[in-house]
Amino acid sequence: MSLPARIITLVVAFLAVTAVGAFVVLHYLLGGPATVDYAAGVTPNTGATVNVVMQEDPQTTVGSKPDWVTYFIRNPTTGAWVHTTLFQVPAGSRVDMTVFGFDGCTPLRNPVWGQVTGTIGNVEYVDGKPYHVLDSWGGCNVGHTFSIPGINLNVPMASPGLLQAAKPGLCATSPCTPGPGTPYRVMTFSFYTPHIDGQYFWQCRIPCGGGFLTGFGGPMQTIGFMTGNMDVVS
Amino acid sequence: MAADAPAPAPAGAADGPNHGLRIFMLWLVLALAADLVIWFVWGPHLPPGAMSSSAANQQFDIKVMAVMAAPVMLFVLVFFGYSLIVWRQREGDEEDGPPIHGNTRVQATWITLSSVLVLALFTFGTVELVTANGAGAGEGASPIWKPGGSPLQVQVIAQQWEFTYRYPQFGGFETADLVLPTGQWVEFHVTSLDVIHSFWAYQLGVKADANPGADNVAYTKINDTGTITVRCAELCGLWHGAMFDYGTAVSAAGFESWAKATRIRLAAVTRLLPPYALTYDPTVIPQINKAMVAAGITGAAGLYYPPTDPVQP
Repeated sequence: MSLPARIITLVVAFLAVTAVGAFVVLHYLLGGPATVDYAAGVTPNTGATVNVVMQEDPQTTVGSKPDWVTYFIRNPTTGAWVHTTLFQVPAGSRVDMTVFGFDGCTPLRNPVWGQVTGTIGNVEYVDGKPYHVLDSWGGCNVGHTFSIPGINLNVPMASPGLLQAAKPGLCATSPCTPGPGTPYRVMTFSFYTPHIDGQYFWQCRIPCGGGFLTGFGGPMQTIGFMTGNMDVVS
Repeated sequence: MAADAPAPAPAGAADGPNHGLRIFMLWLVLALAADLVIWFVWGPHLPPGAMSSSAANQQFDIKVMAVMAAPVMLFVLVFFGYSLIVWRQREGDEEDGPPIHGNTRVQATWITLSSVLVLALFTFGTVELVTANGAGAGEGASPIWKPGGSPLQVQVIAQQWEFTYRYPQFGGFETADLVLPTGQWVEFHVTSLDVIHSFWAYQLGVKADANPGADNVAYTKINDTGTITVRCAELCGLWHGAMFDYGTAVSAAGFESWAKATRIRLAAVTRLLPPYALTYDPTVIPQINKAMVAAGITGAAGLYYPPTDPVQP
């Protein structure tokens, strides 16, 4: 091989390796879901109230995993639904949370998580009606949970009465839009954030990773779908 | 291989000091001091402490092994240090060392002592594993050793990513709070609802695998009140690192009071729980598929999904 050919080969190989490295850094290390900021403009540790709005959908038609169940979070500034499970709230504040439940029902593996804990009054309101416990085994009642173990928060998400496995009838395009003809439930509950900074992971406790062993693979193990972080900042 | 003939003494050995005695005395003093420090000073602070019978048992085992190991290690270090200092090559000394080919007495002593040490450790370890609540037979699916009386049964249910605790002797309520009494044997029944986990109650010296479909038994008796750190010790998924909580050991009266109050407080959700069992298989619990059965859909090994799932290899 001539000297020019060897130099060209070397340069091409170097560029290829550099490109792969850059792709890995940008795509896997620096990439990922966005964080929705509910702390901006709110003074922490003053007991101020922030309104966090989320929805859970039977599918993710906005990404590369269309058959995965997922959560969306609403941007408080633009009102747009963001496909993420990361959000930021101020420390020492009250969070009034609203979750639109568009997904169908799937029984809890452990019915003990049908109990509402960690909210103010240990209560959640489903379409305005208060509940302390939801029985996911007694009927088609529960679609997911919103649980933050670090603050003992567990709130079962009521389903619109349709089976998760029988998706016809449920909202089919995400993010879903509440309105006539689309079955959904509205869950509201409130809780206080800790007074110190911290990152609290949250998860769904329904084995809703359909097609994965024990139902806890896929979206259940992937940030941006059925689990994420609540960043408490001061 | 060993020659019976005594090794030629180094030049001047007849008039020189008794190196063997020197080394022995040095070693004896240091070994005694080390063992006393290990047993009385360091030992009480060795992990996992002495909060429970099993923890104290493990601490005792570690102390015994450290006390046996320290003299061996010290002998090596003393001999090494003595050799470096006393038998170092001095300036102008070009003489070769004596051509030693073996020493029957030294070899016999070495082999005998090593054998005694290893056999003693083997015997001690075996006894400790089998008796009391050792992990060799006092724990597991079918423990040979069992404490007398009527232990408090606590079922540890692992699931991604939290432990819950069920108290069958108090109506079978289930809670995320681990509260245990002092002065009473506790019989843990450890299982899992999904993947493999491991229940590790550090201060209690209890670590038991939590496997789906398996009932793993471990006993302990708590001596002191305090906080118990509980961790999952088996990589179990995305949030394995966050799968920990803190339990509390309280007085017997305090526990009774807590258990009765919690039983009442959790009555509504306790009614939804399946009957108490040593293991739980969600695919065969009849209640769980009511909604699915009503819709004509049967569960599968992947739990709650059609028979084609799970689709993974």
